[in-house]
Amino acid sequence: MFEKIWDAHLVRAPSADTPAILYVDLHLVHEVTSPQAFTWLREKNLKVRRPERTVATMDHSTPTTPRGRDGRIPVLDNAAATQIAALEKNCADFGIELHALGTKGQGIVHVIGPELGLTQPGSVIVCGDSHTSTHGAFGALAFGIGTSEVSHVLATQSLLQNPSKTLAVTVEGQLRPGVTAKDLVLAVIARLGIGGGTGHVIEYRGSAIRALSMEERMTVCNMSIEAGARAGMIAPDDTTFAYLKGRPRAPQGAAWDAAVAAWRELPSDEGAVFDREEKFDGAALEPMITYGTNPGMGIAIGSAVPEPANATAAKALAYMGLQAKQPLLGHKVDVVFIGSCTNSRLSDLRAAAGVMKGRKVAEGVRVLVVPGSQKIKAEAEAEGLDRVFRDAGAEWREAGCSMCIAMNGDQLSPGQYAVSTSNRNFEGRQGAGGRTFLASPLTAAAAAVTGKITDARELT
Amino acid sequence: MEKVTTITSRTVVLPVENVDTDQIIPARFLKATSKVGLGSKLFADWRFAGDGTPKADFVLNQPASAGANVLVAGDNFGCGSSREHAPWALYDYGFRAVISTSIADIFRNNSLKNGLVPIVVDAATHAKLLAAPGAEVKVSVADQTLTLADGTTAKFPIDPFARYCLLNGVDELEFLLSQEAAIAAFESRTNR
Repeated sequence: MFEKIWDAHLVRAPSADTPAILYVDLHLVHEVTSPQAFTWLREKNLKVRRPERTVATMDHSTPTTPRGRDGRIPVLDNAAATQIAALEKNCADFGIELHALGTKGQGIVHVIGPELGLTQPGSVIVCGDSHTSTHGAFGALAFGIGTSEVSHVLATQSLLQNPSKTLAVTVEGQLRPGVTAKDLVLAVIARLGIGGGTGHVIEYRGSAIRALSMEERMTVCNMSIEAGARAGMIAPDDTTFAYLKGRPRAPQGAAWDAAVAAWRELPSDEGAVFDREEKFDGAALEPMITYGTNPGMGIAIGSAVPEPANATAAKALAYMGLQAKQPLLGHKVDVVFIGSCTNSRLSDLRAAAGVMKGRKVAEGVRVLVVPGSQKIKAEAEAEGLDRVFRDAGAEWREAGCSMCIAMNGDQLSPGQYAVSTSNRNFEGRQGAGGRTFLASPLTAAAAAVTGKITDARELT
Repeated sequence: MEKVTTITSRTVVLPVENVDTDQIIPARFLKATSKVGLGSKLFADWRFAGDGTPKADFVLNQPASAGANVLVAGDNFGCGSSREHAPWALYDYGFRAVISTSIADIFRNNSLKNGLVPIVVDAATHAKLLAAPGAEVKVSVADQTLTLADGTTAKFPIDPFARYCLLNGVDELEFLLSQEAAIAAFESRTNR
């Protein structure tokens, strides 16, 4: 599938002296990694080549605090306000569609693309954000780029690229109750290691993958970068088409039928050869949690912290304040974060609400629930999920990246422990000195109501 | 981009694996709208205490590291976020090359566009570098070689076009802009 999409987007094949030139169908833009790129365009007197293939939103540095009386979300941080204003001006000057803070279409860039139907099978999608791999859930080739490359795509709708190797991650069998897509991908990363996928594009295959919903597939592909992979992808099928049909930017009418017919040709051919394959037994997977300072340091929730294999692993345990052989179950938790481009979609919020309904947040624990987009926020409110969270004592926020990247004031204090549904547990990721346990929305919600790391299956 | 042909420098050794870009430059410093001055925030949480005072045990704060512009780090350097602020901060601080046994894909791409040479070496060469902090090394981009203090030389891989851009100070965007006809033909051929 990777080769099919790659070949269909070659503006120019690679030569001995130059990499391939790859065409980009959709360029997603946000406020943090784009300002310098627009500055360079102005300095060189360049236009955006295809503004209609470019869509912008604000998510990373934006506040998620409640709206003021005027219905606006106040931005109190001057640097963030400057970035937000810069994106507004850049989009206005260059003719780019912008889903600005406070508008109905705003949300995390990797949540709104699929939601609008912009993310389509067979496309090449890029964004100045490593979690662009999320969009691969639709059978797209989607990967993160740097700001220089953002300027390349703005100016030429193209990128210089060398092809990646292919890695098949095959998961057969049925996930057991209480085991989620997040647990599946944390188990994959735990085996591959944080650098194990470097230089590769992962294709997730097998019956356990086929059985996942689109939102679950997005969770899996989202974290491909946490194994070092450039992208993750899943072959499009009826689940994909059912999700996309009728979305505002999906093809309509006869164009829809033609698109589906083309998309059905995308899956890897029978007997396709991958550079490498890793196989997993889906039925044997357990709820997972991380104990260290990278997403590859994950274990089944009932397991004990492993012995550090080297100085780097020992440094991670010291940072986390954990000892080898210590069980994680029962470890105290100060903060629970439910959100991020990994786990902020409606099904994630429903799962968390299912655990928290009729329960109270444990004393001394702060719980933030941050929907991935304004659309999800409205849908969750329509079915009363916000009441479940508020009644339990959680904070119900506006949409954004929030405490996943801790740029907007939502952050841990030094030493605090968080169970987080986000994607990175790097040192200081959720606030300087903060300590993160990555887990599923079920595990996060269970920690919220017990105040400690808890196997959600044990809650009665 | 300025030309990069050869680099001769002492090394700074950071023997930590999986150094992610959140460590190279924490997210709270990404609210800048320019790339100038990020060197002062390089490795901020490893380099400075909460009150801003330098941590004496961190390698960049040790007198021997002053003026060195080759960084040797553990395996899988630059993993995580795609932030180009990471190579901007390293370059602004004064680094011109990073050496490891593997370097994350996006970080490597970003580095090459900013005159920071990403160098992947074999485990034996890496072990020698780790064992001799501050030793003088010489990097030749033209020859794709790293010469150690003991006179031994290791070859390192680099994409031919990226090498051309480094040696000639060429910005990749100029090349892409020169391909306008091919891009327009692709759009026309594929109804885009």
